[in-house]
Amino acid sequence: MKTKLITSVVAAAALLTGCGGSDEPQQAGIEPKVFADSLFAVMKSDRTNYTKLIIQRLGPNGVGAIQPLEHWEDTDNSAPLPAQMFRYGAEGVTEMTDSFTYSLQSLWPVNKQNAPKTDVEIEGLKYIADNPGENFYGEETLGDTTYFTAVYPDVAVSPACTTCHNAHRDSPRDDFKIGEVMGGVVIRLPLPKS
Amino acid sequence: MRNRLPWILWLLLSLLLAGALGFELFAQPQKPHFLPGQTSVGHFQIELTCNACHSESFADRETIQQSCVGCHGEELKAARDSHPKSKFTDPRNANRLSEIDARYCVACHTEHNPEITLPMGLTQPADFCLTCHEDIAEDRPSHAGMAFDTCASSGCHNYHDNQALYEDFLLDHAGEPDMKLGSGLPQSSLPELMAMSGQAWDTFSPTRVAEVTEPDWQQAHQEWLSGAHGRADVGCRNCHQPEPGQAWEQQPDTAVCGACHQREQDGFRAGKHGMRLAQGLPAMTPELARQPMKTEASHQSLTCNSCHAPHDQDTKAAAVEACVGCHDDEHTRAFEDSPHHATWMEFLDGNRPRELAVSCATCHLPRVETEHFGQQVVVVEHNQNATLRPNEKMIRTSCMNCHGLAFSIDALASPELIRSNFHGKPDSHITSIDMALDRINTGSNPDLKNQNGERP
Repeated sequence: MKTKLITSVVAAAALLTGCGGSDEPQQAGIEPKVFADSLFAVMKSDRTNYTKLIIQRLGPNGVGAIQPLEHWEDTDNSAPLPAQMFRYGAEGVTEMTDSFTYSLQSLWPVNKQNAPKTDVEIEGLKYIADNPGENFYGEETLGDTTYFTAVYPDVAVSPACTTCHNAHRDSPRDDFKIGEVMGGVVIRLPLPKS
Repeated sequence: MRNRLPWILWLLLSLLLAGALGFELFAQPQKPHFLPGQTSVGHFQIELTCNACHSESFADRETIQQSCVGCHGEELKAARDSHPKSKFTDPRNANRLSEIDARYCVACHTEHNPEITLPMGLTQPADFCLTCHEDIAEDRPSHAGMAFDTCASSGCHNYHDNQALYEDFLLDHAGEPDMKLGSGLPQSSLPELMAMSGQAWDTFSPTRVAEVTEPDWQQAHQEWLSGAHGRADVGCRNCHQPEPGQAWEQQPDTAVCGACHQREQDGFRAGKHGMRLAQGLPAMTPELARQPMKTEASHQSLTCNSCHAPHDQDTKAAAVEACVGCHDDEHTRAFEDSPHHATWMEFLDGNRPRELAVSCATCHLPRVETEHFGQQVVVVEHNQNATLRPNEKMIRTSCMNCHGLAFSIDALASPELIRSNFHGKPDSHITSIDMALDRINTGSNPDLKNQNGERP
């Protein structure tokens, strides 16, 4: 009797699941904004630590033990620039997942390939430069995919940032100050196709 | 019955044909009847082994990409590939990818299309750079008016390997003389590497071969004594009987060499000399080559022993004699009259140190500095194609040991000088270093700062 009862309950549950599955609310995921904000928190923390604890402390503005250089592979005792470390991280992520992408861009890029290209990038970078401390969020369709795009301010956290960018021959600006927005981190999350 | 006979014959012949083709398709490693078109110079040696690239039936682009990366991935990483896949995976490049999907090698290197295949297996039009860099003159005014197909054909830029061509490198080496009075070529760290590897071997044991009196064996023993293996006391059994109980192998194959010389073997199998062995095919022979080869060498199989005599391992012979023994193109034939060859002869005569003498191997199997467990070591690059196509890849590994950067770039951009094996001076000048200097010195760009970070 007990076995029959259990079997009936299981069968009824399975039947109900099969019939009513489509009416169930979709499992709630993380909001794109929360997900992007969380990603940025990790990125910002790592980026700041590399700049302050490695480049600032050991570089020319610190004890001078290492030299941050774009072509660090060709020079002894040199280290990748903070922006390169950030890019290496972004490239490593693309080899592991396509759930999100990120890049470092600026209205005043040293490398012109890092200037904003899409309308949302341009609007976002202008917004975070004009509104210090605020982030920018938008949606855009690139190719056949719609993305949630978030733009976060990338702020000069040490003299290592400002002295290098102000002196670099390809930098369009030479008046960056510590605490100023130098560019933005752009995070993109592909949204489900409707 | 008479009317049926043709049909029966037709059916039998069809079945026979289908059986033969099916046997080739499913049971044979090489499938000549299924080759849709000739492949490029880089792949023709293995083109009949379909699964070298098409690792699965009806392989999609992603699967073929894995095959490309499997053979070329490490080389591209080492070359600091200027256009890695990761550069194009950001969705902001979606519009660019719609023109050339540069995430995949086959976007620019399709095979089986000989009629549209350009040097280096390129199957995009020669002005492909314009797809993304059409507005380059806005950032580099000096580039205004340059022909669309000259970016990668003028000695200034390469798509993948720009280690000797990037702007800061040009500036760092601007003003170098044609000939540099340096220490010359690096010397191999093989003894140190063997010591670091912890590799152990059986030493020579006279009691095992004392009774051997055949002249061939005695000659082999004498050669061994004067060679590198003799000097390091690497006994006979290490190569001829590497496993206990194994029958004596009179002619050990290349795998035996690789047991101790893995890095060298990997390089050999990655280049045109050994790529057939890497695919499990019979060794390459000069008769299969598309380049001019000497008729008398046509049937010589290319293994380690082709260049390194099995017992004396004479690297002097491997550096020149082995090469000219097979190759018969203009460049090779001109070597004997070249200034490089003169230095080699002086070395052979004992009048010049080896690090100042230039052989074929100096440029084509260069001694390259690399890091091994944190130590800088020098190893011989046994992939003789690693510094070719484009030939600017040999600037840092070879040319700049003795020549200035500007001279090296000019020389390698001159087809005539290459044909004559660098007999003479470059007949034209590549202006990339001048342009880099001009950009920082003359203030041609009003937005640009000078080396001190000041605007003009």
